Amino acid sequence: MSEAVAAKTALTAAPTTRGDLEVRLRRGAETVAVPAIALGAAAALFSLFLLLLGKSPLDFFALVARGAFTSWFSLQNTLQRAAPLLLTALCCAVPARLGLVIIGAEGALALGGLAAAGAGIALGGAPGAIVQLAMALAGMAVGGLWIALAGALRHWRGINETISSLILSYIAIALMNHFVEGPMKDPASLNKPSTHAIPDAAVIGTIPGTDVHWGLAVGLVLCVVLWLLMSRTSFGFAARIVGGNLRAAQLQGLAVGRLIVIACFIAGACAGLAGMIEVAAVNGRANASLVVGYGYTGILVAFLARHNPLAVIPIAVLFGGIVASGGLIQRRMGLPDATILVLEGIVFVAILASDTLYGRWRIFQPRSAT
Amino acid sequence: MSGDALGLWGVPLAVASGAIRVGTPFLFVSIGECLTEKSGRINLGLEGTLVLGAMTGYGVSLESGSPWVGVLAAGGVGALFGMLHGWLCKLPRVNDIALGIAMMLLGMGLAFFFGKPYIQPSAPMLPSISLGFWSDVPQVRAALEVSVLFFVGVALAVALWWAFASTRLGLIVRIVGDSADAARAMGYPVDLVRFLATAGGGFLAGLGGAYLSLYYPGSWSERISSGQGLMAVALVIFARWSPLRCLLAALLFGGAGALGPALQAVGVSEGYYLFYAAPYVLTLLVMALTVSPGRQLTGAPGELSVQK
Amino acid sequence: MSQNWTAGRRTVVKGLGAAALAAGTGILGRPARAADLVIGFIYVGPKDDYGYNQAHAEGAAACKSIPGVKILEEENVPETIDVQKTMESMINLDGATLLFPTSFGYFDPHVLKMAEKYPKIQFRHAGGLWNEAKHPKNAGSYFAYIGMGQYLNGIVAGHTSKTKKLGFVAAKPIPQVLLNINSFTLGARAVDPSITTQVIFTGEWSLPVKEAEATNTLADQGIDTLTFHVDSPKVAAETAERRGMFVCGYHANQAKLAPKGYLTGAEWNWANMYKMFIELAKAGKPMPNFARGGMKEGYVKMSPYGPAVGDAAKKHADSVKAEILKGGYSVIKGPLKDNKGNVVVPAGTAYVETAIELESMNYLVEGVQGSI
Repeated sequence: MSEAVAAKTALTAAPTTRGDLEVRLRRGAETVAVPAIALGAAAALFSLFLLLLGKSPLDFFALVARGAFTSWFSLQNTLQRAAPLLLTALCCAVPARLGLVIIGAEGALALGGLAAAGAGIALGGAPGAIVQLAMALAGMAVGGLWIALAGALRHWRGINETISSLILSYIAIALMNHFVEGPMKDPASLNKPSTHAIPDAAVIGTIPGTDVHWGLAVGLVLCVVLWLLMSRTSFGFAARIVGGNLRAAQLQGLAVGRLIVIACFIAGACAGLAGMIEVAAVNGRANASLVVGYGYTGILVAFLARHNPLAVIPIAVLFGGIVASGGLIQRRMGLPDATILVLEGIVFVAILASDTLYGRWRIFQPRSAT
Repeated sequence: MSGDALGLWGVPLAVASGAIRVGTPFLFVSIGECLTEKSGRINLGLEGTLVLGAMTGYGVSLESGSPWVGVLAAGGVGALFGMLHGWLCKLPRVNDIALGIAMMLLGMGLAFFFGKPYIQPSAPMLPSISLGFWSDVPQVRAALEVSVLFFVGVALAVALWWAFASTRLGLIVRIVGDSADAARAMGYPVDLVRFLATAGGGFLAGLGGAYLSLYYPGSWSERISSGQGLMAVALVIFARWSPLRCLLAALLFGGAGALGPALQAVGVSEGYYLFYAAPYVLTLLVMALTVSPGRQLTGAPGELSVQK
Repeated sequence: MSQNWTAGRRTVVKGLGAAALAAGTGILGRPARAADLVIGFIYVGPKDDYGYNQAHAEGAAACKSIPGVKILEEENVPETIDVQKTMESMINLDGATLLFPTSFGYFDPHVLKMAEKYPKIQFRHAGGLWNEAKHPKNAGSYFAYIGMGQYLNGIVAGHTSKTKKLGFVAAKPIPQVLLNINSFTLGARAVDPSITTQVIFTGEWSLPVKEAEATNTLADQGIDTLTFHVDSPKVAAETAERRGMFVCGYHANQAKLAPKGYLTGAEWNWANMYKMFIELAKAGKPMPNFARGGMKEGYVKMSPYGPAVGDAAKKHADSVKAEILKGGYSVIKGPLKDNKGNVVVPAGTAYVETAIELESMNYLVEGVQGSI
């Protein structure tokens, strides 16, 4: 009797801080345990795959550890490879909060990089910081407008944004190639058509004490900033309403079109900024090396992170680690490059399939919940 | 072989034959995805299925000596892969868009991994039907060499269209895709229908892949696909979920893709990158002209997560 | 009894641990024999592409039998920061002291950055870019002059083609590709000045569908002999064979892909180049910073003639080849006009294959249909 009363009181009473904490702890434990189980299952499956091939799983995972994080060099390698993914993942994650599936990061990155290179070259003699700022603004503006176009086409013409962003991505890459090999080509870049080099002063260097360029820091900062934007501001709140129920949002009087375009602009700006960083920190000029799949990988990172900008960080690092160890595995175990793709596929399918485990086990459910 | 060039006639001929030649894989993948999406599920992993089908078709054709066995094997592997996607999506809370992308990676990885030994050798190719027998011009004859698979694809597109419109089975798929609650209320096994539709979509995508490796370009390597699977999924939305429109979209896309090389061959070679973007621009333009906010959702299965 | 069992178990665990450790250090540690020279090869695409990367991989494979040498290979490394990390990984984790990054786009800035960062490691890049004044001494370039090979291809094609129309499937209009197109055309026109070459640019180094389209379009225009300059000529060669065209190979030997139509081919012979470098490195002698050569030096070879090649063609090609092997031969020599009518090489000027002017070629010669 007293138990029933206690339960009833617990249900109807305002949650105490202790109950709140318990809920958070349990949910938090779940968020860690489920992906851990997924990773374990993936490792087991992949080990089976390796055993069938006559290769040692122990060797494999030892190499993954060695190549991804057990030495300072490997750790930096991992972080470096994660850096562009942080930004391209944001390009998919931010509009996803509004219910839009944007897969055009690759093209926005290419055009953004091109624009940044153009800006950098045009501002030849100016002080380094100014040139860098101009390049970043150019990259972000062009990338932002490109994706905003997809958003606008969705809202005002009803064109599905997934298909339009994909098409725009292909068009952007063709445009970039056209300019790089044509009007913007550096005549001295004979055998690898590129734009002129950006001024030396504008080159982005490495974070002091490391071999990783500042692009990593930019990506990390933007992940945090955009997480704050989407979860703690009224813009983010409005965006999530649009994402939850479009009709309700419209009935509420929210300026849905404006929200969509702004979110898409932010997304494209992130990808464009990634392009600028590739130009300023890695290549020194814009050319076909901008189109290497960062955009497409970013889409997967975003989905795996459930479009949460903070969760993008560990997922991107996971990705970076797998890819970083790929080279070592190719060399030491004589396995082809495709092995890493198989590992990625298994890991990510496992993580996504493990979504179904949430809410299944009583241990993670707060005791007062029915 | 006569040395007469076709001159400018080469361009429309290339576009027409390109529409069929290049468009066939798009046709298969898009009607496969059409089937899947009509049942309310989206499978972005068809790019992986396409590549896996290409590898399987090529490898089995090589090992068995018969390209048709290869085609069937490719379809089978595609169906299996689709079943995996379908089974995983059935689990509650799994996001089918994200899973599709992960499956794409897995499919490509498996295809490239097991396909390594098949890159060097040449496998027996699929035969073609000479539709150009009436012409004396060898180029016209060559251009009108059409693969049997193209006709299979057209037949399947028509069959699917008719099934969706007029048969009970097609109606069940549509109800399941429009409203799972209504379907359950009528006693239809929603999960099973979706599972089978996804498997069917995978089967068709596998066939499309076999076409790539066993007919055109007729080779297996890691670069065989240039995003056809992904684009074909997009074309389904463009075709507003009608199998017949999928056929038209595939032909449009394939024909536009043949423009670039054809124009260069007759001397138009400035800005060839822009011509290579032609299919995409064309698709976007057509969509911009034919879609309007009110019509966007016409034909979209209600349960499709892309629309929600 | 329990004591025995415990002791036994402990030994087993110790044994397992030792085995694991041994296995672990085996796979994780440096190569066993410290005296081994560790050499790294980096490819931009797959090793078995029947083309550019395969040619390098075959060269590397030929070196595996050299005693005291350990060869590491990594494929599919894109021309971005990835290749820098790959090189660093080979240096730091594998102890490599000599690296061969084989793709053109690796050099600037990636190889240069690594060369500056690791002054004790030798880098040799496949391309022609190393410049004594600008670049560090531990970096260098090596390249082979394959243009002459395309010239010989052209001669054979000129004799064998019935329609007098040749085709060229090219990736991008960079100087090396243009040199190949021009050499091919000049070789054919040396046989018959009315021969023309139609070129189609696909825009990318590897796009099978576009390459197949290009080949088909060329066939539609009445062209019966094809050559190419793309990373992986497999698709173009197979498609050409199916359309009944003759094929002149490039990069590697594609005769298996086109058994009836393969005439001959210009192939890289990197094994000789790599062996030269490695022997010098092993002996501790300084390696050249700028190693280049053509057929004469054995860095380029021609494929054996296919069944369709007539005797006249063989005789002509063989005699020209003998001339080339003597050294000092010029394919690009004046008076030479481009396909727009301008004189690009005045009369009296002749460029040998090593001429630096050829590195910046930006025209298509008369007889080539197409523009850049």
